[in-house]
Amino acid sequence: MLDKNGIAQRIAQELQDGWYVNLGIGIPTLVANYIPENMHVEFQSENGVLGMGPFPFEGEEDADIINAGKQTITTLDGAAFFDSSDSFAMIRGQHVQLTVLGAMEVSENGDIANWKIPGRMVKGMGGAMDLVASADNIIVAMMHTNRKGESKLLKSCTLPLTGVRCVKRVVSNLAVLDITASGFLLKERAPGVEVQEIIDATEGKLIVPNEVPEMIFD
Amino acid sequence: MISKVVSGPKEGIAGLESGMTVMFGGFGLCGIPENAIAEISHTDINNLECISNNAGVDDFGLGLLLQNRQIKKMISSYVGENDEFERQMLSGELEVELIPQGTLAERCRAAGAGIPAFFTPAGYGTEVAEGKEVRWFKEKPHILESAFEADFAFVKAWKGDTSGNLVFRGTARNFNPMMAMAGKITVAEVEELLPLGQLDPNEIHTPGIFIQRIFEGPKFEKRIEQVTVRKRS
Repeated sequence: MLDKNGIAQRIAQELQDGWYVNLGIGIPTLVANYIPENMHVEFQSENGVLGMGPFPFEGEEDADIINAGKQTITTLDGAAFFDSSDSFAMIRGQHVQLTVLGAMEVSENGDIANWKIPGRMVKGMGGAMDLVASADNIIVAMMHTNRKGESKLLKSCTLPLTGVRCVKRVVSNLAVLDITASGFLLKERAPGVEVQEIIDATEGKLIVPNEVPEMIFD
Repeated sequence: MISKVVSGPKEGIAGLESGMTVMFGGFGLCGIPENAIAEISHTDINNLECISNNAGVDDFGLGLLLQNRQIKKMISSYVGENDEFERQMLSGELEVELIPQGTLAERCRAAGAGIPAFFTPAGYGTEVAEGKEVRWFKEKPHILESAFEADFAFVKAWKGDTSGNLVFRGTARNFNPMMAMAGKITVAEVEELLPLGQLDPNEIHTPGIFIQRIFEGPKFEKRIEQVTVRKRS
């Protein structure tokens, strides 16, 4: 089974040289720690920066330079700042090659819910609705089940939706799954996880091929 | 020539009345017009309809106006870090319209650019799309969104000149340029107000035509919401 860093490390294997990538808050942010050597990807943060670098050294934090999670950041050589309108032009205009975001629920047809639990928790959608409605390549990073052990990969989402039929791939603590016309297709198992465990933890329709390879990490 | 330069936040907010619709630039606490907000918090203006990406934190930014119950309605995309906001929203004391961040930006830009409405894919199939016209372009569904209207827009820039030309710094730019375009009266507060000729015309982010009033902020706290640092190795 993977921890949050493991999920991020597996997602980093999806990156390609030259891509512009938007990482959501939470597990997705960790993906930046696992960029393969000799690969150049640029991270876009929707509050208005391309070319995000690591967190600043203590004492060098700058109130004017933050990411979409409102954390202080630095920029790399070649970075650019821009306004929110240009930022979402990049997103809706499909100039960003990969979007990685978290989810409370994903359904077997690729719907995603991640912004609201009615009557209990309302964070807001931020840029997530723009991202999922526009991006071609959307990977969801999530835990397979909630704290009660209930599946978060469902037949249909129970929470208010963020977007419909948009998720392409899910990387969870248990598995890599693709969203296909006929349901979740099991592609890979996390190290030490049996297929049956994944079947038990998936409420939505799951297609299990004869061979399900274990994820490979360097 | 009528001068755009006003003496400070008090003159900056002159004419603002209860019940008006007001835009506030900023993302989180980054690039917020903190002097104008502080000034409003010292008045008894209330029932404001505020358009702003976030609502500050409990004791800073728009959180100050929320605590004073000066806001009737918030139009935002994300309210995550403000407990008072979440409490007032869930209890029904505060009207809240949550909209996608890109749609928020574009509804501001459209307002300033003479575009009354536009189609966007964001929010299709969700609560956001309820009651809105859907049309398909390039085999994808889109929903019709309209431009905002705002009586005032309060924005914050790094440098400005007496013509109202603005230069922003870092990610403090965010919503400020398109809100500057959208306000019937746009009030810019800057860290440094310069005489004409001191800003390079090649490097102006927001041309002064969009700005009606400008002042140098007496104080900028520039609070950081999430200080995140790494250790020196």
